[in-house]
Amino acid sequence: METVTGPRGSAEAEPALTPLDDTEVRRLRGDFTLLERTVNSVPLVYLDSGATSQKPQSVLDTEQHFYENFNAAVHRGAHTLAVEATEIYEEAREKTARFIGAGPDEVVWTSNATEALNLLTYSFSNASAGRGGEAARRFALGPGDEILVTELEHHANLIPWQELAFRTGASLKYIPVDADGALRMDLAADLVGPRTRVLAFTHVSNVLGTVVDVAALVELARAVGALTVLDGCQSVPHLPVDVKALDVDFMAFSGHKMLGPTGIGVLYGRRELLDAMPPFLTGGSMITTVTMERAEFLEAPTRFEAGTQRISQAVALAAAIDYLDEVGMGRIAAWEEHLGRRLAAGLASIPGVRQLGPAGAARIGTATIDVPGVHPHDVGQFLDSRGVAVRVGHHCAQPLHRALGVTASTRASTYLYNTDDDVDAFLGAVADVRGFFGVGA
Amino acid sequence: MSDLEQLYQQIILDHSKRRNGEGLVEPEPGHAWGETHQHNPVCGDQIRLRVETDGGAIRRISWEGDGCSISMASASVLVDLAAGESRESLLGLVAQFRAVMRSRGAIEADEEALGDAAAFAGVSRFPARVKCAMLAWVAAEQALAAADTAAGQG
Ligand SMILES: Cc1ncc(COP(=O)(O)O)c(C=O)c1O
Repeated sequence: METVTGPRGSAEAEPALTPLDDTEVRRLRGDFTLLERTVNSVPLVYLDSGATSQKPQSVLDTEQHFYENFNAAVHRGAHTLAVEATEIYEEAREKTARFIGAGPDEVVWTSNATEALNLLTYSFSNASAGRGGEAARRFALGPGDEILVTELEHHANLIPWQELAFRTGASLKYIPVDADGALRMDLAADLVGPRTRVLAFTHVSNVLGTVVDVAALVELARAVGALTVLDGCQSVPHLPVDVKALDVDFMAFSGHKMLGPTGIGVLYGRRELLDAMPPFLTGGSMITTVTMERAEFLEAPTRFEAGTQRISQAVALAAAIDYLDEVGMGRIAAWEEHLGRRLAAGLASIPGVRQLGPAGAARIGTATIDVPGVHPHDVGQFLDSRGVAVRVGHHCAQPLHRALGVTASTRASTYLYNTDDDVDAFLGAVADVRGFFGVGA
Repeated sequence: MSDLEQLYQQIILDHSKRRNGEGLVEPEPGHAWGETHQHNPVCGDQIRLRVETDGGAIRRISWEGDGCSISMASASVLVDLAAGESRESLLGLVAQFRAVMRSRGAIEADEEALGDAAAFAGVSRFPARVKCAMLAWVAAEQALAAADTAAGQG
């Protein structure tokens, strides 16, 4: 299927090495209709892309174009429409795989990252119950085995492991953070040991925006033969990510945070691992032979895709990837690093406001703050009155907040469509928060 | 007044700092009492609230909690309002307050009856914040029910 339209002005695109700048970002914004709206009679300043991103016109058009021209059930039936739909759907998988440096058979579609991580843990659970036979034994867990996570994790990469530990009798341990929220890499080496079977950790903290040293953790895990699971939710949308270079066994991420629609996510897994794993959801579309007593399963990735799939969403995600590719992930990462630095520098000069997280750490364009004396809910409400949309609360990371000594926080998170003005609007509003609430006047 | 100033009226900001009734108090021997814990998982606001009655009238409400200015101020306002009321009249005030909160600005608060709580009328135009304002009031309702059960059993 032809791409509907790429980023505006891509025809006269600069050579890829020209950094993304404010002028080009303003042009890109033209592709995002929603960013033109107002809230509370002021222009919207969207700084909540860490929760979900806005979508360019090409993504919306692609999904509609698919329904208007190609809609059919995939991998079922021999009519032309079904064949075309299947082709488009599988092209989307290939594109997504290429985007993260994987092979097409290594990309399993899921609804989102949460489902991807649950798929993984339930498959391990089934292996622990003896399903999948000899080949799946390497995923079987039991008493004496250890699952290691970190204190940085989003609940989506914590609770599925807690539950897997409960079901199998394995124990769950974690690499703690220090008072600033930096991962205690000095303790990691002691925590990874011969009992460690799985090391699951986030690439980028969704609260602090800090980038985790993946190579160091993978090296520790490899040394003891543990499986590595990376939560790529906050890295894949913002940084160039290559699963082979990172050398992780599994990675989960969500389409809606990377310009794609909701309802589509990915579990990446090394081919030989996916092929050895027992299925999680079972039913139609994932089998070869079925009798009244038992079933034989297809190979990965279809083994993990039971039932009618998220077809238009996968196709629209591919359009999102086209968009990101045309702008260039390296350029996006550099621009957001710039925005992140601008946020940090601005926040440092506002009295009574504290940016959470280790100072000077590598970060995406995310800044999370604590304003002592003003609850994040109130901070967010005040910012909203200025049109600034941020996330307040515990951001699905209660343990991390506890470690940082706060119950909740206020997070600004950027994407490729945010300008210096957006950052400045946020900083300007934050500077007025304490005055409005009569704190520390 | 802007919507934001309607939401955060000075009375509310004052109460959010004053926090009447903050700190759980041991009930007097012989008094019926009940306690509940309310939690808003969306933003983490939480309150543990104790209601103490002498059978007919509310003798004391005390609480501890953590949350936004709206939730903390509404607990403070409730403590003032409830002192000395009969249990029926407190339940009536909770119902009245709830009706105003859920009205999206359509129902005017009766200042005579609700006192400082009338200042929360502006919250009703912010549906996401209604839960914050209601937190302590729902806790009081449930603590009262718990006190009744305890009394009935005693
Ligand atoms: C680091 C991280 N992990 C997991 C998730 C869960 O993603 P989803 O809700 O799309 O499944 C998120 C998003 O909120 C996230 O930021």
